[in-house]
Amino acid sequence: MKEFMLIFRHEDGKKVASPEQIQQWMKETMDWIAGISAQHKFVGGNGLLFDDAKIVGHKGVVTNGPYGDIKETLGGYIIVKADDVNEAVAFAKGCPVLVGDGNTVEVRMLAKGDGLH
Amino acid sequence: MKQDQLIPNLFRTEYSKIVAVLCKHFGVTFIDHAEDIASDSFLKAMQTWPFEGIPEKPTAWLYTVAKNKAFNLLLRRQTYEANVLTAWTDMNDCSITLDLSEDNIQDSQLRMIFAICHPTLPKESQIALALRILCGFGIDEIATAFLTSRDTINKRLSRAKDKFRNANVTLEFPEGNTLITRLDAVLITLYLLFSEGYYSENNERLVNEEFCFEAMRLAHLLTLSNETCRPETNALLALMCFQASRLKARTDHSGALIFYEEQDTTLWDMALIAEGTRYLHEASTGNTVSRYHLEAAIAYWYTRKENAEEKWQNILTLYDQLLTVEYSPIAAMNRTFALAQVKGNATAIVEAEKLKLEENLFYFVLLGELYRPLDGEKAKLHFERALTLAKTQRDRQSIQRKLNGVVAS
Repeated sequence: MKEFMLIFRHEDGKKVASPEQIQQWMKETMDWIAGISAQHKFVGGNGLLFDDAKIVGHKGVVTNGPYGDIKETLGGYIIVKADDVNEAVAFAKGCPVLVGDGNTVEVRMLAKGDGLH
Repeated sequence: MKQDQLIPNLFRTEYSKIVAVLCKHFGVTFIDHAEDIASDSFLKAMQTWPFEGIPEKPTAWLYTVAKNKAFNLLLRRQTYEANVLTAWTDMNDCSITLDLSEDNIQDSQLRMIFAICHPTLPKESQIALALRILCGFGIDEIATAFLTSRDTINKRLSRAKDKFRNANVTLEFPEGNTLITRLDAVLITLYLLFSEGYYSENNERLVNEEFCFEAMRLAHLLTLSNETCRPETNALLALMCFQASRLKARTDHSGALIFYEEQDTTLWDMALIAEGTRYLHEASTGNTVSRYHLEAAIAYWYTRKENAEEKWQNILTLYDQLLTVEYSPIAAMNRTFALAQVKGNATAIVEAEKLKLEENLFYFVLLGELYRPLDGEKAKLHFERALTLAKTQRDRQSIQRKLNGVVAS
């Protein structure tokens, strides 16, 4: 069985959600993860905090980020087990992040543990 | 042990608490920061809890994050914000940390209620601020409730906050005689907030139950403090309980209004009626009879299911008293409905027609009802008139049903 990383990309990470929306979003995310866990296919995951986020650029130029030029930001990821990319994509389709217009989930197979090494 | 269920309305409830405590500590000028700190804390929860599970004490978790965020913010700002710096230094010197105990949260929220219902702020601003700051509703949710855009609500809120800051509104608790007049203003705002939820003329969604329950929560908060737990506070809360007891019976599955006399009384919430009765009892001390006492007493009789003559006679007497305490054309109109039950429709029609509330759809619904057993043609004309005044599909539907009833009979 292969492992895939599902990476959440937000079109605008600084958009402020209302308390009620955050509650709804939190519930959906927990339900989504619980659904994957129930099939013993959830490996792990984490959110990425916006506090003190920095971008280190060419020649070590450090900027506060990831805002400004780069609008799109990473919000978090989970790692799932799946037989193939199609199964991983099926998991990704249920991700509540996708409710937000312009948000995407990128699906990438992890190199280590791909069965060849 | 980890909880796997979120407390309902957790973030909305905690939003108002965190903002109130921060504002009590740092002053009203801090309000925008306080809101940011609360939102940021929830965002952090959003990025942590789904992966690690909900913490055992979610509110304590949120308070720790909010405290740290407040501290970091002040640390960053200390060079140019002298007044906040003082607060910060005090906090540092005396090693006071933000007090997020239950008592202080309650006290902060009470002060916040008084600050937001300050007489220098227009009522419209008070309602918008109350929904945002005291109840934690989002801009979108408020905009939907008032059928307007995010921009409009944002502008209304920022104007309200400017006024709030410029009027030097403080989070001091009013004392003595000032308390009575200020409490009066608070009660009016809470009643408006409740009514906004109870019937909206323009909104397709007839009742915004959550607004009603928020208004009740805030009124309940007032009853918890000795200074604000006055007879009129209890009377207002009783009134709200009685009205809210019919929320489920007031709309059909399509959202259309079901008029009082057509409601399925088994859907009335008996627990709320009992609670209302208890508050009304609490209100019956001292010698003030406020408009809320009279309105609560009327609302109480409306919760009685049996159509006894006693019921309508009492309602009529109470309306007569209410009109002398505080006249309003709507109350006068509602009185004529009670009058009809006691003295007959013909007498009530004479009184009702004097009122000439030409813009009010319920006025024509009432006239239609009063004429129905006497003169079908006239009843039809009045219902048709009401139909032209209805602004929502939902109200048109309810009136059409009445109209069909006349044509059929």
